Amino acid sequence: MNITNLFKIAVRALANNKLRGFLTMLGIIIGVASVITMLAIGQGSKKSIQAEISEMGSNMIMIQPGGDMRGGVRQSAEDMETLKLKDYEDIRNETRYVSLVSASVNSSGQVIYGANNAPTTVYGISPDYMDIRRYKVEDGDMFTEQDVATAAKVCLIGKTVVDNLFPGGENPVGKVIRFQKLPFKVVGVLESKGYNTMGMDQDDLILAPYTTVQKRVLAITHLQGITCSALKEEYTEQAIDEITEILRRNHKLKADEEDDFTVRSQQELSTMLTNTTDMLTVLLAAVAGISLLVGGIGIMNIMYVSVTERTREIGLRMSIGAKGIDILAQFLIESILISVTGGLIGVLFGVGAAVLVNYVAHFPIYIQPWSVILSFAVCTVTGVFFGWYPAKKAADLDPIEAIRYE
Amino acid sequence: MKDIIKLENIRRNFIVGEEVVHALRGISFTIGEGEFVTIMGSSGSGKSTLLNILGCLDTPTSGEYFLDGVAVRSMGKNSRATLRNRKIGFVFQNYNLLPKTTAIENVELPLMYNPAYSAAARREKAVAALIAVGLGERLNHKSNQMSGGQMQRVAIARALVNDPAVILADEATGNLDTRTSFEILVLFQRLHAEGRTIIFVTHNPEIAQYSSRNITLRDGHVTSDTKNENILNAAETLAKLPANDDN
Repeated sequence: MNITNLFKIAVRALANNKLRGFLTMLGIIIGVASVITMLAIGQGSKKSIQAEISEMGSNMIMIQPGGDMRGGVRQSAEDMETLKLKDYEDIRNETRYVSLVSASVNSSGQVIYGANNAPTTVYGISPDYMDIRRYKVEDGDMFTEQDVATAAKVCLIGKTVVDNLFPGGENPVGKVIRFQKLPFKVVGVLESKGYNTMGMDQDDLILAPYTTVQKRVLAITHLQGITCSALKEEYTEQAIDEITEILRRNHKLKADEEDDFTVRSQQELSTMLTNTTDMLTVLLAAVAGISLLVGGIGIMNIMYVSVTERTREIGLRMSIGAKGIDILAQFLIESILISVTGGLIGVLFGVGAAVLVNYVAHFPIYIQPWSVILSFAVCTVTGVFFGWYPAKKAADLDPIEAIRYE
Repeated sequence: MKDIIKLENIRRNFIVGEEVVHALRGISFTIGEGEFVTIMGSSGSGKSTLLNILGCLDTPTSGEYFLDGVAVRSMGKNSRATLRNRKIGFVFQNYNLLPKTTAIENVELPLMYNPAYSAAARREKAVAALIAVGLGERLNHKSNQMSGGQMQRVAIARALVNDPAVILADEATGNLDTRTSFEILVLFQRLHAEGRTIIFVTHNPEIAQYSSRNITLRDGHVTSDTKNENILNAAETLAKLPANDDN
């Protein structure tokens, strides 16, 4: 018996029971469609988080003072004065795995231009900061190392500040704004970055040389933080080790003393966030997988009924020359046809539903080819697995009894 | 005359619980090509068991069975399935047609299990067989759209389609009214006249009068095996029957 004939026999048998076949398929359709939709949503949110993080600079490393005890009292990180200019310079000069370094001090306050004012934060930074955080200058220029050296009163402003201070659409470049009575000449406007994953407005800021903020605004000698960039994302660990070594040496910490600073990488944040979405994806996929399993049991159930109902047919086929393997193959092909057809329809429905979710609810979606292939493969396996037992039962029937079955 | 069926001291025992049931207790006979044999016996005589063995659905406990020269007893399940497919045509009491399936598709069925036939050859053979049983007009009728007599004709066409060495009919007229029964008997007699070997298992002694040889079973033994010297013509009997109009 060749496979084409078996195929024809199975198709004829299914065509005789169209409604039943469709209802059985429905279980698989729903199962496959939900697997694909759920994975598309899960992978979509993971992708969008990853994209945002890499927008912020995926190889960014943040150093903050902290972890110090004074007289048994743990101090808040902002009050610590452990990070010094020398730390910044040493990291800049001595590390091999760190490519960009920026000092960081900041102060919040009201910014004023003419009759307009707005609360914002001024960040004192080095020019490297632009590349570390992937900020771009849209209009004007970045201030220079020279400006840093002379603590020049120059700044770049973000889009939100522009909107607040220059509502008339005036060009801010070249204008002088005031921050806490101190005049700053605007040398450039930053390209908009929008809101980040945590809902922070990344355009509500002023960038100025760290020396200016340190000396003229805050009147301090220490740094509030150092922001760097690892040579490459995969060198983040080495970079953190180098930084830790330099800082411990500079701060004269003994081997048994804990760090008086913290070093965090963007990678940690990224891992944490993607772990969360990964877990969500697994959960969604598990729920969807269960519905696929239920669909499979539906197939098994129907195939069982079908074998019992068609006992006489099986007996007849055997008496006119069908071997056990022919009967097995016939029923197996029937259940595979149900599951594969269901799977195909399910893929279409799943992709459609994902696109609909994206269109209606604006959820980010990403349909991974492997999720389609996987769910399709799973439902074929489901067909074989759940079709096998009923098919085997059919093949093992005794033709003498089967042909006289009432 | 070529031997189509040769039974040598066939025994068949069934074990039911602790007991051994002897369904056949040493049966020997030979059926030659072109014979129309009726096998009769009351229920429990062993005729169903004998039919199963003749049809290669079952194998004897001891003894030897040759079908068209092939020793069947030592064959495995799969080779017996192939043997049935090539050498035997079954006709059952309850037709056993596939439901919602056309006459042609039903008749094609045995050839579906024979890779030697292409789809076109299959169809050609099926059409020829249906024409031979007088259903040339109803090739595409589905089994549920046909009368009992028509369904049995389709079943006979299905039994003919593979040019079997022997046609095994199991109470083939049991479900039909008298008139239709005779119509089917006419068909069997015609097939016999064309040289087909037919074995007709029945408990209806009337049918024996239309066959060429009668074998009677009782308690697993052959009690009589006689040639029928005076074969009645089923067509004549049919003509004498009062006409009824339900066909």
